[in-house]
Amino acid sequence: MSVDLQAKQVEPLRNTFGHVAKYVKGNKPASRYEEATMGAQPTTNFHYRPTWDPQHELFDASRSKVVLEDWYVLRDPRQFYYGTWAMARAKQQDAVESSYQFVESRGLLDAMPDELKALVCDVLMPLRHVAWGGNMNNCNIGAIGYGTAFTAPAMFHAMDQLGVAQYITRLGLAIEGTKVLDKGKQDWLDNPNWQVLRRYVEDTLVIEDPFELFVAQNYALDGLLYPLVFETFIEDRLTMEGGSAVAMVTSFMSDWHKETSRWINAVLKAAAAESEANNQLISGWVNAWSDRAQQALAPIAQLAMQDRADASIEHARAELDSRSQKNGLAAK
Amino acid sequence: MSNVFIAFQANEDSRPIVDSILADNPEAEAVYSPGLVKIDSPNRLVVNRETIEEEIGRDFDLQEIHLNLVTLSGHIDEDDDQLTLSWEH
Amino acid sequence: MDAQVKKKKLGLKPRYQAMTRGLDWQTSYQDMDKVFPYDKYEGIKIHDWDKWEDPFRLTMDAYWKYQGEKEKKLYAVIDAFAQNSGQLGISDARYVNALKLFIQGVSPLEYCAHRGFAHAGRHFTGVGARVASQMQSIDELRHYQTQAHTISNYNKYFNGMHKSNHWFDRVWYLSVPKSFFEDAMTGGPFEFLIAVSFSFEYVLTNLLFVPFMSGAAHNGDMSTVTFGFSAQSDESRHMTLGIECIKFILEQDPANVAIVQRWIDKWFWRGYRLLSIVAMMQDYMLPKRVMSWKEAWEMYAESNGGALFKDLARYGIRPPKGWEDACEGKDHISHQAWNTFYNYNAAAPFHTWTPNAEEMEWLTEKYPDTFAKYYKPRFEYYGEQHKQGKRFYNTTLPMLCQTCQIPMVFHEPGDPGSICYRETDHQDVKYHFCSDHCKEIFTNEPEKYVQAWLPVHQIYQGNCFPEGTDPTVEGFDPLAAVLDYYEIEVGKDNFDFADSEDRKNFREWKGGVEEEVSP
Repeated sequence: MSVDLQAKQVEPLRNTFGHVAKYVKGNKPASRYEEATMGAQPTTNFHYRPTWDPQHELFDASRSKVVLEDWYVLRDPRQFYYGTWAMARAKQQDAVESSYQFVESRGLLDAMPDELKALVCDVLMPLRHVAWGGNMNNCNIGAIGYGTAFTAPAMFHAMDQLGVAQYITRLGLAIEGTKVLDKGKQDWLDNPNWQVLRRYVEDTLVIEDPFELFVAQNYALDGLLYPLVFETFIEDRLTMEGGSAVAMVTSFMSDWHKETSRWINAVLKAAAAESEANNQLISGWVNAWSDRAQQALAPIAQLAMQDRADASIEHARAELDSRSQKNGLAAK
Repeated sequence: MSNVFIAFQANEDSRPIVDSILADNPEAEAVYSPGLVKIDSPNRLVVNRETIEEEIGRDFDLQEIHLNLVTLSGHIDEDDDQLTLSWEH
Repeated sequence: MDAQVKKKKLGLKPRYQAMTRGLDWQTSYQDMDKVFPYDKYEGIKIHDWDKWEDPFRLTMDAYWKYQGEKEKKLYAVIDAFAQNSGQLGISDARYVNALKLFIQGVSPLEYCAHRGFAHAGRHFTGVGARVASQMQSIDELRHYQTQAHTISNYNKYFNGMHKSNHWFDRVWYLSVPKSFFEDAMTGGPFEFLIAVSFSFEYVLTNLLFVPFMSGAAHNGDMSTVTFGFSAQSDESRHMTLGIECIKFILEQDPANVAIVQRWIDKWFWRGYRLLSIVAMMQDYMLPKRVMSWKEAWEMYAESNGGALFKDLARYGIRPPKGWEDACEGKDHISHQAWNTFYNYNAAAPFHTWTPNAEEMEWLTEKYPDTFAKYYKPRFEYYGEQHKQGKRFYNTTLPMLCQTCQIPMVFHEPGDPGSICYRETDHQDVKYHFCSDHCKEIFTNEPEKYVQAWLPVHQIYQGNCFPEGTDPTVEGFDPLAAVLDYYEIEVGKDNFDFADSEDRKNFREWKGGVEEEVSP
């Protein structure tokens, strides 16, 4: 093939697809994020009602009480589409792999005192199931939410949550083997410390409004859990007490929490900013689910932080409340 | 007897995998079309990790075949050492 | 602690077991039936979800690693293609019309698959089925997005792609793929899996991707080849999900067999009808051809499907009811579909043409029993008319099949000289069908198919005009109003390739090189 470039200057006829162009400011080419996301979802002339939910269309904004003129205002500040998401996670996975190599080649997990190992397993292993709940809930947002800007990152988040569950599993296998996984599950099912939290998670599994589900799972529960466990317990306490190997191999979780918080904040902020009614509704959900999450995590704080339990969880809550304020929500 | 098949993108990464499969499955035949190489084999086809490792002179994780795999048929059984396609039970 | 035992690395299977199955639990604060409300009403009985065999055992770390690597390779090609004006290297500008159909009719289906698998991935009670469905959900999102990114470059230089999503929701022939997938998504999760993973992915999808992508390679379109084969590498995982799910369901309870058989009958036929468009792409729209639809059908459907149904016979499953008719159709459907689009090209945002002399020869050779006898004379006649300045455009609206929504253009099985019509009455309304199989699908579930948004009916009911249109004003032109509602740029997106802006532009860009186009 030979192309005679002198033949004619080839000017593009247009910059992007019509369903994308209306979201691109100015007359310029769309970004990859925009072409992957904006206007992607079908919107009209649906053929059949779902046999599993005949009250709604397949794609139906009325599944949520939140009202938005255009659900594509819920943009992801990370601008993730599948490619950037997968490559970002692959890079993080590389880092986790190097941490494991470092830790395992030096026997750093084995070198931890048995008591500390037991504490790590007691606190972390039941969290596999919490992450699994987070996986199901975000998957549900992907399945019933409206607009790709909202649902596609939720689906990535669902897979991330599965990744978290598997990273915790891997840690358990590295410390002790499958035994601790079984014990973690037993605690999750029977140990009184975990029952308020399990009730919380199971209650979220039946929330029908995708936006409320987003608040209860990603904002209220994870907004308190991650700072409490992966920052306060692991990064602060364990590092001081000879458990820095655990911090190394779980750094994905704290990095991930920081990264995804930007997205979660942006979603809440944009939805609440659209109307007073949205703000009231979302603030109400935020307050109610944060109160419940705080109660559910109190016994875990006790287990992880003992005499510093109250201070830790109150600190996490205060941070969440100030986050809510920054997002323009009517916090308590 | 029915054929099973497996197909890869025709590129440098696939080459040693295809060669290993042909070496391990004497009845298998490769068919080339633009961009694609398809291997047919009567009833059964095995992909061995060790053979590939010998071909390429480094460790190989069998799941790496996902990078260039295009399509396959038959029932799959996979462990760390081999992947089998077959119509047997 | 015994360091020896502890250090023992788990093999792939037990490791995957710990990484997925162990995550689930029986809920007790909320009733399991409330947490998983949707996987019982279809009547499929599952006694032991632990018997589910996981197709490939990818944990998220491996998934990210391999998918990240695939994406890196793919985007390198897409970038290079745009930088080197790769669109100028294709065989001729007619080829782009295959890509138009792809972005209009296939990419939105990837999106629907993403959504449907998210639903299945949340709602199966069994964790193995859930994880497999979730991975497929994001894979399908990947396909939608990589297709948008690849075809974006073509959209900048050619017509017929710029309103693809708008068209998917509105334009008449795109209701065929749209209704197909919405039918699957509105079914329960088991039917969805049998429809998409088994009947479509496992039995039919090779026909869409493999020959078509080889065709893209042959026609100089390296970016499409790369996304196609890269997507297809996910597809092999999906096909495995298809075969695992059917074995699992059939082994769980003998009562499942009859339900699954009905779904196989239905979804094989739905999928086969949908592929008429692919058949036509392969035989008519690739200027350089790799293999005919008939050859692809023989290689991927007949021999592979034959092996599959032979294998499933031990469960009491027989080949789908429409199998014989589909095999008979391999000599006809691509020609019938192309003829239809040639007719209705005024209302379709891509270009059609009559095959040139060399292509007529190829078609005659590939279809020795049918082409010269039934189809060639029509195309020759169209070509003659066009030469005289009378390019034929059909401006009346065709009757559609209530189930597959394709115009009534298929022949009576065994009698290529006549059109197949079927009908039935339901609650005092008459419904029309293209075949026995589409009719049977309707009569099994009339309450579903009476809901169909049939484009022709909708036009006649006045639902396909721009808002505020007054059809009672003097000189009202309904076709123009419909094209307005479609947002088709008349004269650019539609009509014969010979008279198109695409052709004119491509010729100028290439420095005046003329392609072999008829007339």
